[in-house]
Amino acid sequence: MITVKKLVKRFGIKTILRGLDFEVQPGEFVALLGPNGAGKTTFLRILASLSRPSLGEVHVAGYRLPNEAAQVRARLGVVSHLPLLYGDLTAEENLQFYARMYNLPNQDARITEVLEMVGLETRRRDLVRTFSRGMQQRLAIGRAVLHDPDVMLFDEPYTGLDQDASSMLDDVLKTVASQGRTVVMTSHDLARAEEIATRFDILSRGVITASITRKQLKKSNLLTFYKQALAD
Amino acid sequence: MAVKSSNIASTKNRQQSVVRHQASGNFLKAVSAVVWKDLQAEFRSRELFSAMLVFSLLIILIFNFALELDLKTRQSVTAGVLWATFAFAGTLGLNRSMAIEKDRGCLDGLLLAPVDRSAIYFGKVISNLMFMLIVEIIVLPVYSVLYNTNLFLPGLLMVILLGSIGYVAVGTLLATMSVQTRTRDILLPILLFPIVIPVLLAAVKASDGFLAHAELSEILLPINLLIAYDIIFLAVAFMVFDNIVEE
Repeated sequence: MITVKKLVKRFGIKTILRGLDFEVQPGEFVALLGPNGAGKTTFLRILASLSRPSLGEVHVAGYRLPNEAAQVRARLGVVSHLPLLYGDLTAEENLQFYARMYNLPNQDARITEVLEMVGLETRRRDLVRTFSRGMQQRLAIGRAVLHDPDVMLFDEPYTGLDQDASSMLDDVLKTVASQGRTVVMTSHDLARAEEIATRFDILSRGVITASITRKQLKKSNLLTFYKQALAD
Repeated sequence: MAVKSSNIASTKNRQQSVVRHQASGNFLKAVSAVVWKDLQAEFRSRELFSAMLVFSLLIILIFNFALELDLKTRQSVTAGVLWATFAFAGTLGLNRSMAIEKDRGCLDGLLLAPVDRSAIYFGKVISNLMFMLIVEIIVLPVYSVLYNTNLFLPGLLMVILLGSIGYVAVGTLLATMSVQTRTRDILLPILLFPIVIPVLLAAVKASDGFLAHAELSEILLPINLLIAYDIIFLAVAFMVFDNIVEE
């Protein structure tokens, strides 16, 4: 579903990604872990077609970036630590706007379905600026799944959430993953990542330095694996 | 392997579900969606409109009290004062319009839509133009009363429309660039005013001509220039917008 070969990203003289290789099979939930400045967000922005690679090959959902970016975007849902929602619109209006941008059929029915999925059906006519951070993040996930994407990218979705909001987000993420989507999520929260992801990749100094599946992890634990990968 | 197979199967099932995305999107629907969203949000907050309107009224008031001109001189400075007012207030509106997109990451949300990105540009141009024209419609009668000058001349209104299109066309493009920098509030006017000078010069010249009831042949050149600038700015923005919004 996602294939990346020898990806390099430079900003001026600074090289962020240094020949990164990465592959994700359909239905996998990959947690991309790594220290600050490792290049996780830059990598996700390239996968989301928001940034161009300097060198290398990137294929998402069978389409090559950046040449076939529109096709990729139609099959991609992105959630970041920013909600990507308009505070002066209601939850319903935000979803209506994105439904129009994606030219979706049966928009009203789909919006209701998505609002029910993220548990915001009763708040559909409330302005987003009146929502708590956790509610905004759940609506952001609703926005991202509105067009039923095959691939979902989550960039630090737990940032700024309290314990309750994080738990609710866990449930929404599990629902999203259980629908058979391919998910790549960056996170600093190893415990939560360990709970929901099926594979764990460590990104450090612009390359994937280690990778382990949930099955393999049973023998050790994620924190030990993470520390070891960074030490190597 | 079994897990993988079941995941692929459920992916296929999902793909046959009620909702299926339209890969191509639709240019005009995307443009109208952006306009609808901007109008709806502005209708609620009135942030952008009220800031532009109050600023415009303050400028014409300040000019009125500062210059203390006789009737004849007032008429001769009208075009300049009007366009200075529109240009300053317009900058305020353009900055705010793009800041709304940037502050909550909404610009990324727009860029993730599977539509030609120039649809986003044209949507923003239309909504910015509508805000600017509404402010101008309110400013004109106030100016007429304060300066005792009739501004409701069809030719002048046409020049205001053409000048506003050119100003907003280039302003929206530059606001998209400047909003991605830390110094966005001061960067926009610094970038915009030198580039938009041809539009402002032609608009002032043409407005002056209509206010002085000059012959059409005398006004035709600045009007043609305005039309040419509008087309050029819109075409250039259409071509470069995709590159400007991408990192």
